[in-house]
Amino acid sequence: METFSHLLEQLYFTSGNKAKAQLIADYIANTPDPDRGWAIAAMAGTLRFDFFKRNTVKKLITEHTDPELFAMSYDYVGEVSETVAHLWPYSEPTDSLPTLTEVVETFASVSKQKVSATLAHYLTIMTPAQRWALLKLGTRGLRIGVSARSIKQILADYGNKDIKEIETLWHAVDPPYIDMLAWLEGKVEKPDIENAVTFHPVMLSHPIEDSDIDAFRNETWQIENKYDGIRVQLVVKSNTPVDERLNNHRESNKDLSEKALFSRTGDDISHSFPDLLESVSGNMVLDGELLVIHNVYGNYDSPGASIQKEASNEKALIDKGGSHVLTAARPEVDTFNALQQRLNKKKPSKALQSSAPAGLIVYDALVLDGRDLTEQTLKARRHALEKWFSKIDNKRLFLSQTLTATSPESLRELHAQVCENRAVEGLMIKRLDSKYVPGRPKGQWFKWKRDPLVVDAVMMYAQRGHGKRSSFYSDYTFGAWEDSQLLPIGKAYSGFTDEELKKLDNWVRRNAVGRFGPVREVKKALVLEVAFDAVHPSSRHKSGVALRFPRIHRIRWDKPASEADTLANVKALIEN
Amino acid sequence: MHPSTWLKADDTGLYCEPGEFYIDPMNEVSTALVTHGHADHARAGHHNVYASAETLAIMQTRYGEDMAIHQHAITIGKTIAFNDVRATFHPAGHILGSTQILIEYAGYRVVVTGDYKRRHDPTCPPFKVVHCDVLITEATFGLPVFKHPPIEHEIEKLLHSLRVFPERCHLVGAYALGKCQRVILALREAGYTKPIYLHGAQLKLCDLYKQLGIDLGELIPVSEVADKKTLAGEIVIAPPSALADRWSRSLPNVRPVVASGWMQIRARAKQKNAELPLIISDHCDWPELLQTIEEVNPKEVWVTHGREDALMYQAGKMGFKARALSLVGYDEEEQGGD
Repeated sequence: METFSHLLEQLYFTSGNKAKAQLIADYIANTPDPDRGWAIAAMAGTLRFDFFKRNTVKKLITEHTDPELFAMSYDYVGEVSETVAHLWPYSEPTDSLPTLTEVVETFASVSKQKVSATLAHYLTIMTPAQRWALLKLGTRGLRIGVSARSIKQILADYGNKDIKEIETLWHAVDPPYIDMLAWLEGKVEKPDIENAVTFHPVMLSHPIEDSDIDAFRNETWQIENKYDGIRVQLVVKSNTPVDERLNNHRESNKDLSEKALFSRTGDDISHSFPDLLESVSGNMVLDGELLVIHNVYGNYDSPGASIQKEASNEKALIDKGGSHVLTAARPEVDTFNALQQRLNKKKPSKALQSSAPAGLIVYDALVLDGRDLTEQTLKARRHALEKWFSKIDNKRLFLSQTLTATSPESLRELHAQVCENRAVEGLMIKRLDSKYVPGRPKGQWFKWKRDPLVVDAVMMYAQRGHGKRSSFYSDYTFGAWEDSQLLPIGKAYSGFTDEELKKLDNWVRRNAVGRFGPVREVKKALVLEVAFDAVHPSSRHKSGVALRFPRIHRIRWDKPASEADTLANVKALIEN
Repeated sequence: MHPSTWLKADDTGLYCEPGEFYIDPMNEVSTALVTHGHADHARAGHHNVYASAETLAIMQTRYGEDMAIHQHAITIGKTIAFNDVRATFHPAGHILGSTQILIEYAGYRVVVTGDYKRRHDPTCPPFKVVHCDVLITEATFGLPVFKHPPIEHEIEKLLHSLRVFPERCHLVGAYALGKCQRVILALREAGYTKPIYLHGAQLKLCDLYKQLGIDLGELIPVSEVADKKTLAGEIVIAPPSALADRWSRSLPNVRPVVASGWMQIRARAKQKNAELPLIISDHCDWPELLQTIEEVNPKEVWVTHGREDALMYQAGKMGFKARALSLVGYDEEEQGGD
C-alpha cells in the first residue's frame, strides 16, 4: 500500500503525460504481481466492485467526528476522500501496512457488516496520504489525469507491442492481469481470447467546421440523424459451440454469457438491458444508439400501419423528413429523459421494461455473421448491414436511416429541418470510404449538433466546486425575471475558461450578500448568457422549467441585470 | 461599556471610537496601529503610525522612508494612551516584528491578535497569552483539516527532492516577507550551507533581515548568475506568482515547489502548479487556534478573516460566546503571508 500511495502522490503532483507515463512504467517494472495488476486496474478504472460505498465513508466519518465540522471542511476542501483523510481522528502508525493485494482481497471477502469496521481500522493505521489513496481506490474514484487509453499505451510500450493488441485484449482479460503482464514481459504466449465476448474500441467523430460543410459533396458522404440516446456496442457470439464456451471467462449469469452490451467507453451495461439482449442472437458486433423505443413489440409489419402510427404520434417520431426508407419499421423513439430511468438500474423491473422498452438504432457493424468488416469501407459495411437487416426478424433492432443532401446549401437546410425535431440532436456525416478505425481519426466522421438555445439569466447563488476547482465558487444558480422577482431556472458549472472562473470567483466573493450553509447568495447584478439543449416543463422547480445541460455561454459583465430575460421568454422555448 | 459599542469594523478597518484610531486600516487615516508588515495589514500614507520598530522598518523598505508622516516605534509591553483608551503591543509570533494589540477601555480588555502562530520562529519572540474579555482572532486556517506538520519535516521533503532530482532547479514559491526568510532559516538549521538564490523581489527584505541581525547565510541574486544552467540542483526562492511567469523559463529544468499553509489541500497545490507542495505556514493551524482560545480564556471570541464559521461553531461548543467580525480586505486568501 505504501508504494501504491507513493505512486499516486507523485502522479497527482506531476504534470505532463510523459513524466506520468515514466512513473507508471517504473512502478510496473519494479512492483511484484499481483500488486501491480491491481494498481493498473485502479488507474484504468477496471476494478469490478466498490470496496465500500461513498455513503459508508460519509457515515463512518460523521460517527467519529463532529458532523457540522465535517460539513464545513468538506465544503472547503471540495472532496470527501481528502476531507476524511485529514479529519480521521485516530492514528496508530504501523510498520507493516497491508499490501495493495491484501487490501483488495480483504474487501472482496469481508462480510457486509464488517466493511465499515475494516475501513476504520485501515484509516487508523495509515497516514493522510495513504488514507486518501485507499478512499479513492475503494470508491473507484481515482482521478490522476491518466486515461485508460494512456494506461494501455504505457502497457504497449512496456511490452514493445502495438496498442491495438492491447485494445483487443483489454476487455477479455481481468485484473490483476498476471497473464497479460507475463506476455508483455515475453514470458508466455499471448492470452487466448478467441471465444471471449469483448468490447471493441469505437470510432468517434469530430465537430463539423464551416469549411467541412462548404466542402460537402453528395457522393462522398453518408448522412444520418444524430440520435439523443447513448452510444453502445452490442456484441453477440451465440454461434460458438457449447464445449468451447466452457472456457469463457465470464462465469456469472450463464444466460447472457455470450452476449454483452457495452457503453462507448467499454463499461458492460448488459445487466440494465435484459430485454434488448434476450431478443438478439447471431455472431456480430453492432454499433448503435440505445434508446427507449415504444414499438418494439411488433404490429408494425405493414408499412401502412407504420405510417399511421407516425401520423398519430408525430412528436415521438424522428425520421419524418427522410428520403431513403430501407426498412418497414420506424422506431418510435422516446426522449433521453425516458432512457435515463433505464440507465444505472442494475435489475430493471418488468414494469419498467415494458413502460420504457429498450431498442437499438444500428448505424454500423464491426462484425456480421462472424465476419470482420472493420477493414471495409462504410459503404460496404452499410450494404452488408442492409442485407443483414432484410434477413433477420428482430423487433428491437432498427437500421439507422440515411438522409440525403445534394450540396452544402441543401445540407444546411437539412440540418435546420432535422433540428426542428427536438428528439434528434443533429446530424452525423460520415465518409463513405471510411474504414472502422478505433479512436477519433481526422476527417472521417463529423457530428453537427443542433445550435444551443440561449437566454440571459441573472446569477443568484454560487457554491464551491469540487476536484480541481476545489474552493473556487464555480457552481452557479441563475434565474429569470417574473415581474420584479427572480426565479431560479437552473444551475451551471461549465462553459467558462480558467481565467473567467477566477474572475467569477472573485466577483462572488465581493458580492456575496447571504449564506445558506455552503451556498452563497450574491447581489443580483451579474448577467450570464446560458446555453442549453432544451427546456422541459418541470413541477419540481418553482419556476416551472428545467433546462437540459445548461452551461455558461458568455459572461455579460456589461449587461444590467434588469435587462435579462423573463421567465416567459424561457417558457416560450419549451417544445410542444 | 461593551466593546461592541466602541470597537467597530467599517469600510476602512477596525475602528476604536473613543481612542480615535484604526487597527490595520486599508485606507489612509489619521492614526493607525499596525500589527505587522504584510500588505493586507500595513498600508502607506497614514498621518500617524504606531507599530514595532521592525514593522516600521519593513514598511519603510516597502513603501519608502516617508511611508507615513509621523512614525512611532512602540515598545513591546509598554502601554500608550489614546484619549481614555490604553493600547499595549505584545508579540504575536507571526513574522519579524509582528504584534497583537491589547486595548483597554471602560473596564474591558480586548485583544486583537492580528496574524499569529504558536510554533517556534527564530525571527520573532513567541506569541504571548494575554488574558482579556474579548479575543479578536484570525481564522485563516480555521478548519479542522488544517494541521500543519513540523517545518523540519517539510524541509526534509525539499532536501530529499534535491537528492532525487539533482539535475533540476528547485524553484520555491514563498511570500517575500516572512515565509522566504523562514524557509531559508529552516534550511540552514537542517544543515544546508550552500548559497540560496533569490528572485529580485525577495532581495530588499532579506537585506533588511540581515541588517536587523538575522543570519540567513549566503544569498545570491539570480540576476547575478551569468550561466543560469549552473542553477540545476540549486534552491531558488521567488514570489509564488513568479513560478508561472516568463522569468522562471530561464531556469534549468524547474521543479516547482510552493511553501504555504494552503498546500495541505491537494487541489490548492495543484491549482498553484506545485510539483512539490511544502506545508509551511506562519498562521495557527486548527489545534493552535483552539489552544489559544482555551489559554486566553476570554468571555467572547470574535472571529475575523478566514474560515470563521467553523471556528465560531467550535468556540461555541467549547462554551465561549462567539461571533464573526467581517473586516475589509482580508478575504483575499493569498495576499498576506500564508
